[in-house]
Parts: sequence; C-alpha cells; structure tokens
Amino acid sequence: MVQSVPSRQGPGDWLRSALPKLVLSPSLALVVIFVYGFIFFTFYLSMTDSRILPSFGYVGLENYEKLFRLRSWSIAVDNLFVFGGLYIVICCVLGLALAILLDQKIRAEGAIRTIYLYPMALSFIVTGTAWKWFLDPGIGLEAVVQGWGWESFTFDWIKNRQMAIYTIVIAAVWQTSGFVMAMFLAGLRGIDNEVLKAAQIDGASNWALYRRIVIPQLRPAFMSAFVVLAHMAIKSYDLVIALTNGGPGRATELPATFMYSYTFTRNQMGIGAASATIMLMTIAAIIVPYLWSELREKS
Amino acid sequence: MAGGASDTVVRTGRTSRFVIYTILTVFCIYYLLPLYVMVVNSLKPLDEIRGGGMLSLPQAWTLAPWSSAWSTAQIGVEATGLRPYFLNSILMVVPAVVISTLLGALNGYVLTKWRFRGDTIIFGLMLFGCFIPFQMVLIPMARMLGLMGLAGTVPGLVFVHLVYGIGFSTLYFRNYYAQFPTELVRAAMIDGAGFFKIFQRIMLPSSGPIAVVCIIWQFTNIWNDFLFGASFADFDSQPMTVALNNLVSSSTGVKEYNVHFAGAIMAALPTLLVYVVAGRFFVRGLMAGSVKG
Amino acid sequence: MRNLKLVSLAAAVSFMTASSVASAADVEVLHWWTSGGEAAALNVLKQDLESQGIGWQDMPVAGGGGTQAMTVLRARVTAGNPPTAVQMLGFDIIDWAKEGALADLNIQASMEGWDDVVPAALQKFSKYDGKWVAAPVNVHSTNWVWANKAVLDELGIAVPTTWDEFVAALEKVKASGKVAIAHGGQAWQDATIFDAVAMATGGPEFYSKAFIELDPETLGSDTMKTTFDRMGVIRSYVDDNFSGRDWNLATAMVIKGDAAFQMMGDWAKGEFLNANKVPDEDFLCFRFPGTQDQVTFNADQFAMFAQGSEVSKEQAALATAILSPSFQSAFNVVKGSVPARTDVSDEAFDACGKKGMKDLAAAAASDNLFGSMAHGHANPASVKNAMYDVITAHFNGEYDSATAVEELVSSVEIAQ
Repeated sequence: MVQSVPSRQGPGDWLRSALPKLVLSPSLALVVIFVYGFIFFTFYLSMTDSRILPSFGYVGLENYEKLFRLRSWSIAVDNLFVFGGLYIVICCVLGLALAILLDQKIRAEGAIRTIYLYPMALSFIVTGTAWKWFLDPGIGLEAVVQGWGWESFTFDWIKNRQMAIYTIVIAAVWQTSGFVMAMFLAGLRGIDNEVLKAAQIDGASNWALYRRIVIPQLRPAFMSAFVVLAHMAIKSYDLVIALTNGGPGRATELPATFMYSYTFTRNQMGIGAASATIMLMTIAAIIVPYLWSELREKS
Repeated sequence: MAGGASDTVVRTGRTSRFVIYTILTVFCIYYLLPLYVMVVNSLKPLDEIRGGGMLSLPQAWTLAPWSSAWSTAQIGVEATGLRPYFLNSILMVVPAVVISTLLGALNGYVLTKWRFRGDTIIFGLMLFGCFIPFQMVLIPMARMLGLMGLAGTVPGLVFVHLVYGIGFSTLYFRNYYAQFPTELVRAAMIDGAGFFKIFQRIMLPSSGPIAVVCIIWQFTNIWNDFLFGASFADFDSQPMTVALNNLVSSSTGVKEYNVHFAGAIMAALPTLLVYVVAGRFFVRGLMAGSVKG
Repeated sequence: MRNLKLVSLAAAVSFMTASSVASAADVEVLHWWTSGGEAAALNVLKQDLESQGIGWQDMPVAGGGGTQAMTVLRARVTAGNPPTAVQMLGFDIIDWAKEGALADLNIQASMEGWDDVVPAALQKFSKYDGKWVAAPVNVHSTNWVWANKAVLDELGIAVPTTWDEFVAALEKVKASGKVAIAHGGQAWQDATIFDAVAMATGGPEFYSKAFIELDPETLGSDTMKTTFDRMGVIRSYVDDNFSGRDWNLATAMVIKGDAAFQMMGDWAKGEFLNANKVPDEDFLCFRFPGTQDQVTFNADQFAMFAQGSEVSKEQAALATAILSPSFQSAFNVVKGSVPARTDVSDEAFDACGKKGMKDLAAAAASDNLFGSMAHGHANPASVKNAMYDVITAHFNGEYDSATAVEELVSSVEIAQ
C-alpha cells in the first residue's frame, strides 16, 4: 500500500540517507530504555528479596511460588478476564450501535456526540465519588427509584461480592464507550456511499446493508478500538480504587491494584514485581500476535 | 460537522426515528448522570447533602463551595484552594503535549515516507510500550530522573509524560500519513527538497485533523495523570490532580462533599473545554486517519 | 565618632541577624494531613518555625491513610531527593531506619528529656537501635466505641462493660428497628473492630502474642476462632449496606440517630463536634467492652531524613517544636487525639479528650498500652495487610471461622 522511497547511493549522501533514522533514533532510544529496560529491571527484581526498596539478594523463583499461593492473585486474574472481556465487548457493541443510530441524520448530532464523548475527558479521581454515591443502594439509584414508589426495586451490586465487578464494568463502559462510538462514527463516515446505494437498489434491507457491507468495512475501526480498550482494561486502577477499593472483601481486585498494593502498600516489592512480570507476559501473549498480524498485513 | 450526517443512505420511517431518538436520549441521561450528581451537589450546603437526596435539586442554592474550592479550601498547610495548582499543571501539560505531538509527527513521517528495513518492528516496539502499567515503572523511573538531575522538577515531569506519550502519538500520525500520497513526497524530492523541508512544507500543513486527535488524547491523559504527578513533582510543582486528591481524600478529617464536587468539576474544566471546543474536529480527525488501516 | 561606630555596629549586627535568618534553610515536609482541621493544626507548627526564620515547604499527598504518601516517599528517596521531614506511622519508621535513611535525633532527645515523657510503648516506634529517629505528634487510641446518647436513653441501655452486655444492647437496638452498629466495610475498618474484639476476647497477653510476636500457635488457637465467631456476631448487627462506606458516613449515622454504636478511633470525635454535638450530652465515648484497661494506639510521627552525617539545624528545630507541650496541646485538641507526651495539661481538652489522656497515662503505667494491629503498630505492613485479607474475607462471608483461622496462620507465614 505504501511504497518506500528509494534510497539513493552516492558520495556525500550519507547524512541524507541516515537522517530519517537519526530523527527516529531518540524516540527509539527512549522507548528501549524506559520501556524495555524497565521491563527487564522488573523481571530482575521479581527474583530478588526486595521489600521496601529494591535490593539485590537473589532468591530465584520464590516470589512466583508465593504469588501463586496467594488467593487474592487468582481472584485478581479471574477478575481481569471477566472485566476485560465484558468491557471490550460491551464498549464495541454499544459504541457501534450508538454510532449507527447517530449516523441517521440526527438533529443536534453535535451536541449528542459531545455528551457521549465527554466522560473520556474526566478521570476517576474526578467522578469516583459521584459514581460511588450513585451505585450505593442507601443513597443512590436504588433509594431514588424506591422513593419514586417502586418499592421492590433493588440495585445493590456494589455491595454484593458476586456482582460488584459488574459495577466496575458499568462505570468503565460509561467512560470509554463514547470514544469508541466516535471511532465507529468516523469509520461509518468513511464508507463509500455508492456501494451502499447500489446494494439498496438491489433490494437489500437496512439490516442486511449493515451486516453484509458496512460492518465488514469497519474492521480497521474495530482494530483501533481494541488497542485502546485493551490498554485501558489492563491499566484500570483509578477506577477500582475510586469505586470499591478492591471490595467488598477482595471481590474487585485487579492485577493492577494487586501489583500496586504488594509493591508499595505491603512492602513486598519482590512479589509485586513477580505479578507485574506475569501481567506483562499475559499482555504480550494477547497483544503481540495481534500487532504482528496487523502490521504484517499493512507492510 | 453536523452536516456530515448526510453521508448515510439508509432511510428510516417515522416510528423507527422515534425509537432512535428515544434510545439516544436515554443514553444521554446515562452519560450525563455523574456530571449531574456532581454539579447539583456542589451547589448545596453540606447539611442538605448529609440529609440525603443525592439527585434532588438544592433547596438553598449556594456558590460558597465553589469559591472555597478555588481559593480557600485546605489543600495542605495553607488554605490556598486549587488556584495555585492550575499554573503548575499548565506548565507541565503544554510542553509535554507540544513535544510529544511533534515527535509523533516526525516518527510517523519517517515510518511511512522514509521506510527502511525493520521499521515495522520499531513501530511495533513503540506501540507495545503503550501497554506497560505505569505503577511498574515508578521506582526505576525515579532512579533515572535522579541520575539525570531532573528529580522533582517540571522538566522531569514533562520528560516522563513525553516518554510514555510517544507510543500513541506515533500510532496516530503513522496511520494518518500512511494514507498521504507518497507521490507528492517523491515529486518534492525530485525537485530537490530535503527531509525537513518536505516535512515542513508538505506534511505539516495537512496534518491538522490528526494533530487535533493527538493533542486531545495527550492533553487529557497528561492533565488527568495522578501517579506521576504525585511521585515526581516537588512541593512547588505539584499538579492539579494531586491537589484535588488532597482535597478529596483526606483520611481522618471531616469531608466537605460539596467542596469536593466543586473542586472536582473545576479540575476537570480544562479537559472538558477541550472536548467541547475541539470535539467537533475530533470525529473528522479520526475519520481522516486513525481508524483506517 | 563614637556614636557613628555604635550605629554602624548596630547596623552590622542587624545585618548579620537578617542574613542568618535568610540563610537558614527551609524544611520540606511530606504529610497527608490535608483536611481542614488537621492542616490548620499543622499550620501552628509552620508558624512556629517561621518565627525562627525557617521556611516551610509544604508537600501534601493524601490518600489511603498515608499509603499514597509512602509511595511518593519511595520515589523521592530512590531519586536521591528525599524530603526533609516525613509524616509516618509505626513500622514504616522502623523499616526506613533499617535502611539507614533517618537522621539521629538523640541530642535533642536528651536535651529535652523525651525518654521520660513519651510512653515506652510509643518509644518502640520512635527509636531504632537506641537512637531517636522520629518525633511523635500524637497518640490516637483505636478501641473507642461512639454512641448516640439519645438512642441509648430511649431504649434504656446503660454503657456496656462486657461482651455479653454489649450483645444484649445490640439486640435491643436491633429490635427497635434501628441499626445497631454503624460500620463501613473497608479492610482497615473491619480490622479496627477485630482489634478490639481480639483484645476483649483474649486479653492483652493473647493480643501481644498473636499480633506482635506473630506466634503461629496463638494465631491458630481456639481463642482466635472465638474472636472470629464474635466478628460474625458483630456482622449480624451491621446493616446490609455497609460495604465500602467511608467511616465518616458511618459516624453520620450515629450522629443522626439512625444507628446506636460505632467502633472507631478517636478521630471520629471531630465529626461529632463538627455537627455541634457535645460529648457526654449528645454522644458518649467509651472503651470497647472488655478493654476498659487497655489502650490500643497508633501514633503519627515525623521522621527526619538524613541529609548529611548530622541532623540539620532546621530538622532539630522542627523536632523540638513538635514535642513542645504547647504544640502537642494545640494540635491534639483539634485532631481529636491525645498528646504523645504524658505531662501535658488536659485543660484545653473536652470530656472525651480528658478521658483519653487519663486512659493513656494509666495504660502506659500498667503495661496495658499496645500498638494497634489494624493501624500498623503491631506488625509490619506485609503482615498487617495479610491479616486484613483474612479478616475482611471472613467478615464478608467468604469463609467460616475455622477456615479463617487456618487462612490467618498461612497468610501470615507467606507475608513474613
């Protein structure tokens, strides 16, 4: 799709041909040191007896053994799969649905789009308390709806060990689904209308139009959405701290909160580093094949 | 931008339009609810909040929480309100956004128009960097900043945000420039234009839409960052989010929820403003690049 | 001529003092006291230093009862840029002292006789290896029960002094349709109750063996199981909506009369006072039934980070100011806690404050003063949090008391 510009050989052209690489190299150096160097450092820490500060007594795989004996770690990992899976799927479905609806010559589209998009601008330090109140059955939605006369209405998920993780999904979807909607909307606007018109003349229904022609063309938008959502899901930390702080009990612990708490709150930096290493390996197992297929196709 | 809606060819009947508007309105409520809760409660006296009724409008409207959060609330030892921290945040955000956007543009330009062996791998390496959990880099980053003599300074904070912003800004510009006709670049090269001249004269002038996307993204992320701001700032460079956190999450003190909400909205105003003002260019920017292969 | 000389001398002197004031370095203080009353109280300290020509550079980082500040501290120390003085709790002080990061305050301590006025149980956290490394600001005691007096009077409940009386009182409240115990389901709050229940159930010896010495047998004993069983009883008197609630919202339930009791440290008093309630008239404060003689405490201290081989002049001035009786009184009246030195006059304190000071002095004299497990003054952070895990999981019904005891033993072992 994109052809490289032929490089020209010639005396004195060295600078000219090396210039692009020179321009790229500072960024590359930063990434190599501050991402990959740190990953390596963390991996190394995970095999030491570090507690309050990094120390370099080698203990082999002891931290990993301890990690896998910890109940809260397995809870955190399970939660990430439940949370991450639901979050990505719901954001994509909702984002796509809203984008399609918003693409129907809606009056005040600009205003509606801004309303859908604005949560992305706010961090959970800002909205955390409001969410916590809203989800709290004593003062939030449950109390309000019961106050309207629907006495049997209950919404106490945040207090329930089995359901609390879903309230985290609700708040996370609130924050990002509008952004995903914007991505899909942009994708929809980029589709060639002639094809659609032709299909319509052939008698295709609206549903068939979307399912057969539009949605397959949105593949790149899906891909971008996936990268953004996956990175959000893995980094979800503020969200949990603001809403439940890992509770009730430990029901909403995620790997990011687990890692932070072991590294910094519990002064067991070795175990924290071990959990970070496992987390990164999991991310790599999911993201790398995806990046690989995407980038290879493009080049 | 609303005119862009004419793109669709799907025809809809009266009933289905009613259904569509209903659904869209319901979701407007979903998205607006937390903001509503914050605004309403920031305008109530504290007693009214203690009395319950999270969703009800204030009986006695008051702006006192707002002025308190802005200029007299206790953030630390001195009752300064959030006011002094705004400047700290701006001093940090503006350079970080400008530099990371420029670097992203240059990287994208090289990766699409001056391709070389292994460039895809380099891009992949940069992109994977987006996924690193920030809690993990805290200690080694502190050490590096110390070694570079940037610990506890604004340039140090700018540097940190720059490093972890490169991945996404490069992603945006690379995907955008990939669609830019390479013929134009080649023609300019035959005319004798150099690397930077092409970038400046041909690439930059057409980068408006994607620059908006990139700036919105970086601005929001950096403005909202708490972890780096708390860890790498000094007493005189703490950003807004750290101050807000100090206001909101004191552990054994009395909680003034109305002031907390007012402060929270205040801290979020710049990013909200960016979304409202630049939001109309946002979909256009996304359209122009980042969602296409 | 002579006059002129005098004038110039005076000018020189005043110039010198002025320049010495200007040259006095500043202190940078990392703390998490950011709410109105606390920060205002800290301002007393700031003004004291400023009158000595020492500037105060404020570095507040709130969140998680100081854990956020400890994270920041680690980043700052790693970067080679530690703050001058840092607010710290319990074992964190010892951990940092072990790293050799703290300045030695022995000279100030001996000059001002800290050894004689600070209770020995508290000194365990202010001294490391025979050296004073931290200046204690206050002592919070954590085994308080706060009660709404009107509710108790209405239901004819006297202040309970034993576990059985307490359960009977709770039952009465529950039968009346009110919430018996206002509680917030956060790990540290669950542990605060557990702390008191364990002390009441097993007594001081059991407490110190289990939580301070971490003796596996005591941790796995039947008394521990009884303690967990009693936590189950407490759980049955807490409303369904407790999970995740902030402690001050629980306090508000007592203030409003929706609930009768709350088990919480003495900082809860601030909420009552803020709502214009008067101790002994509108609300009662008493020790958790069965722990009348004991005080479990946590204490905020300021540790000085070594900035050279000796403690700096500014750090010494700060430490001296912190331990001065006038600051101890002024600060603790606002904070709800009691002074860290036992020789401060109780004149300025209210009824609960006076009671707290008397209890502290008595407990310190009779070896009944213990560091609170729930607040990081009985064992290191890793063990404390491992205990939190078990206590919270049990309280939330994840497993029964027998399993909880087993889990407690194994979690403590992993954490050590």
